[in-house]
Amino acid sequence: MTATALLAGTAANPWQSHTVAIRELVSEAAGVNTYQLGFVDDAAASAFRFHPGQFNMLYLPGVGEVPIGISGSSAEERTWWHTVRLAGNTTRALGKLARGDTLGLRGPFGSWWPLEACEGRDVVLVAGGMGLPPLRPAIENLLAQRERYGKLTLIYGARTPDTLIYAREYRNWSWRGLDVQTTVDQAPLGYRGNVGVVPRLFDRLHSLVPERTIVLTCGPEVMMRFTVRSALARGLSIEQLWVSLERNMQCAVGLCGHCQLGPEFICKDGPVFRYDRVERWMGVEAF
Amino acid sequence: MMPSTPTPSRFLPTSELQALINVLAGRGYELIGPTIEQEAIVYGPIASIDDLPRGWTDVQEPGKYRLARRDDDALFGYVVGPFSWKRFLFPPSATVATADRTADGWRMGSPADKPPKYAFLGVRACELAALAVQDRVFLNGPFVDPIYRARREQALIVAVNCTQAAPTCFCTSMGTGPRCTAGFDLALTEIVGGGIAESGFIVEVGSETGSAILGELPTREVVDGELSAADAARQRAVDQIQRRMETDDLHDVLLNNLEHPRWNQVAERCLSCSNCTMVCPTCFCSSVKEVSDLDGDHVERRREWESCFNIDFSYMNGGIVRNQIRSRYRQWLTHKLASWVDQFGTSGCVGCGRCITWCPVGIDLTEEVAAIRSTEP
Repeated sequence: MTATALLAGTAANPWQSHTVAIRELVSEAAGVNTYQLGFVDDAAASAFRFHPGQFNMLYLPGVGEVPIGISGSSAEERTWWHTVRLAGNTTRALGKLARGDTLGLRGPFGSWWPLEACEGRDVVLVAGGMGLPPLRPAIENLLAQRERYGKLTLIYGARTPDTLIYAREYRNWSWRGLDVQTTVDQAPLGYRGNVGVVPRLFDRLHSLVPERTIVLTCGPEVMMRFTVRSALARGLSIEQLWVSLERNMQCAVGLCGHCQLGPEFICKDGPVFRYDRVERWMGVEAF
Repeated sequence: MMPSTPTPSRFLPTSELQALINVLAGRGYELIGPTIEQEAIVYGPIASIDDLPRGWTDVQEPGKYRLARRDDDALFGYVVGPFSWKRFLFPPSATVATADRTADGWRMGSPADKPPKYAFLGVRACELAALAVQDRVFLNGPFVDPIYRARREQALIVAVNCTQAAPTCFCTSMGTGPRCTAGFDLALTEIVGGGIAESGFIVEVGSETGSAILGELPTREVVDGELSAADAARQRAVDQIQRRMETDDLHDVLLNNLEHPRWNQVAERCLSCSNCTMVCPTCFCSSVKEVSDLDGDHVERRREWESCFNIDFSYMNGGIVRNQIRSRYRQWLTHKLASWVDQFGTSGCVGCGRCITWCPVGIDLTEEVAAIRSTEP
């Protein structure tokens, strides 16, 4: 019996990668690079559109594939930013590539930040470590239409001052209307910035108007859980909080099973969730 | 699709079953059916009725599977073995993408997939249910798996009703059997011995293709006593099913008890060997491996069956999310019986009992469910 009648999904082959070339390569910190990737095929470039918060699968033939959040503005149309920590097999191999080298890309995949719901609201973006790159397109889109939003705040924490990425942009972001607050876990003697964990900066936010604020957060799960705790303590409701989660993602389309968190496939139902949808599962150890 | 007027059942003598095999071959199908290999009844290529397990049955219990002689010449007188049809529609290893190094860099491609046109002979009711579950997973979501679709769309299904059950069977609890009711092109009920003049098959039609195939077979009208013999044979399977799983509120019973002490107890027995996921007809997890030629210029992305019981399944950022057997067994059972419902609108379990039979230590999911249910805080 044929299954044609059951067929409801897209006919596109989700496994098909497209060739991209490294157009620019920027070192953000030790072991963290940003790659500006451009499609070799013009048709693929024209067809590619993404929402802030989505990710691509970057593919190095013979080595492997990794999910990487897209970190450029969604308005850019020829190259796409991917900021990568060179930590595993595939990303370390990526670290050996140079400008002009090619790799594979398929995407974009996953859910995105609720920027429409942010209109008319104050937005607090809370990032830890490599949680900032998936928030960067949201920052760019918010600032591109700055007049549509109320107060915009970024709280960003990293281990040490020299691991704060995109530092060259903070001044520009501030100038365009984003209150940028950073903190580090450890700092050398004489460091004049904040030292301490991210949620403490949230606790100290002045002029926070709970009922008109939306929180977008991405970073280590423990940081996000404490950020949520701080936000709730300040009077925000759980429906105002959004998180971006990470799991082992291989197929990116909900077919391989690796990235499950309870009923959710992080790759296709996430990575961006309203917190009430995942709260129950995030608290379960080793789930 | 069903014909507008149901075709009445016909009788195909066992001596003419070869005609069905020939008709399917003539229509270009690669016939897969039950055959004996390595002391088990598995699914493999069938060229003749001599390939079928005539006169053999299977004896199953938790952690045990043996073949035994029957006292008749039944061809389908067994229950289910370690294979399921999943291995043909969702192959254990399949190339999903390719990459070739050129002077201009990597060129990404798709493999030339020439899927076989399968006819499956001997599909049980629980297995029809498993096919429907996998259809939901691979075809019915926002993304379609091209490998599965290419095979599934062409597949022809000849179901065979169960006329006996194993102690591990619990399809009646899951509402999936033992009677084949939908999802087949033809369905057979084997009647053999017991005062029947001639051994053979009552043949039901489930699709227009099935109807056309039936028209090419040397069948005759069903005669007195044959329908009641088929009813009695099918009822025997129903009567033999002893195992039960209570499914009321099962979703919430499991997901509300993620810290239940029973998970620790089952983890002390579970070897995390992944047998249950390999024999399960609906488990769909996979991993992709890179397979290069010697000079690394041609690369294939090979998708292989994977299991949530393998420790690196949940590897991420230098850590393992499910580092203990407790959390891996909990993942498997809660996914299969609970979160599967959220994801696909159906349980992932069809009650075939394979995971019970093929567990080396005989862990029985119906027992685990009952234990959690009976001691819910």
